[in-house]
Amino acid sequence: MGGTLAGPVPGDDHDFALWEKRVDALMVLCSGKGLFTVDGLRRVLEDMGPEAFASRTYYERWIAAICQNLIEAGAFTTAELAERMSDIEARGQTYADAASR
Amino acid sequence: MPTQLLAEPGTKVRVRNWTPPGHVRTPAYLRGAIGTIERVLGLFPNPEDLAYRHPGQSLSLYRVRFALSDLWPDATPGDTLDAEIYAHWLESADAP
Amino acid sequence: MPHDHHDHDHLSPSGHPYRADQDTGLSYWQTMEIAVRELLIDKGVLTADQIARQITAMDERTPANGAAVVARYWTDPEFAAALLQDGRQAVSAMGFDLGPMHLIALPNTPDVHNMVVCTLCSCYPRNLLGLPPDWYKSRAYRARTVREPRKVLAEFGVTLPTTTHVRVHDSTADMRYIVLPNRPTGTMGWDVDQLAALVTRDSMIGTGLPKSVA
Repeated sequence: MGGTLAGPVPGDDHDFALWEKRVDALMVLCSGKGLFTVDGLRRVLEDMGPEAFASRTYYERWIAAICQNLIEAGAFTTAELAERMSDIEARGQTYADAASR
Repeated sequence: MPTQLLAEPGTKVRVRNWTPPGHVRTPAYLRGAIGTIERVLGLFPNPEDLAYRHPGQSLSLYRVRFALSDLWPDATPGDTLDAEIYAHWLESADAP
Repeated sequence: MPHDHHDHDHLSPSGHPYRADQDTGLSYWQTMEIAVRELLIDKGVLTADQIARQITAMDERTPANGAAVVARYWTDPEFAAALLQDGRQAVSAMGFDLGPMHLIALPNTPDVHNMVVCTLCSCYPRNLLGLPPDWYKSRAYRARTVREPRKVLAEFGVTLPTTTHVRVHDSTADMRYIVLPNRPTGTMGWDVDQLAALVTRDSMIGTGLPKSVA
């Protein structure tokens, strides 16, 4: 992306939501444990293509890339992930409700 | 694995003009550009291996300085760009 | 100007404004975050406590860390030499652990203005500056800084004479960078705490200058 034309640099700046901080913490802790490297994270981010960059936020792309790397590392299976996501959706409509078990 | 450049600060180098698929750490806008080794950073594992869950081959990492006007014709003379480039992505600027 | 944050009453400890409450509907990606985190905890890979402690540690990293480094660089010639020689070791001796990352300190001079970008992702000296601001991760900043740094600087309110060379640093691999801005004039005899208060986050990325002394 370096050198391509683009509009003004956005001025907005925000503190991070709890779920975003948790994504960041998962990256730091899992890479610290050697489950994958930051390079593995970047590979998946790049493979998403420019469309994902436009349509998803930073930490939305990150959790997808972390999840992909953890499946590749054998930390959990796709089926385990699917089952758990389904359970979580049933817990409630908000992040706060869904994150409490 | 292609030959790894061994160079000292001050050496003129060209960034290889490759366009492989997948994960690389050499920005596209620098490919084919000529710059000068600013400093030698030491040996680092190749991120192109690490990204695919392979042990990283140990490679020299260089900081290469480019004249911004060599990259973009309308740049202000004297402005520069420094980037870190792994040895296998560099060749001598004298090479054909 | 888009990058001014005068309203300090609404800034979080990390220096960012608080984001609007997100408890308005669970997203697919939030669901994935909860699932990944719970699976890792249930399988004994991580503990909830480890995650909580990591977030606390992250929240405690703010640009004040970098400002302390810059203020000491201005006042302690021995430290300044060590910082330029081996950035990681010098800041580690001040208690700022960079982990496996190397640090290159980029001294501004009257003739040179340094500016840092990561065109490939969002590499940033988190242990010294906290989490990167949104604009640093934006497509516009990453795309344009290597091509038209002076125009980007102008958007941040920084206009440099052409006699000052702009040195852009693309953080492409294993190094992290911190800009060492020029010490403001009129600060002779100031102690490190007074000086550190002049050092802004953006002045350590290179998109700003330290506060001037009235």
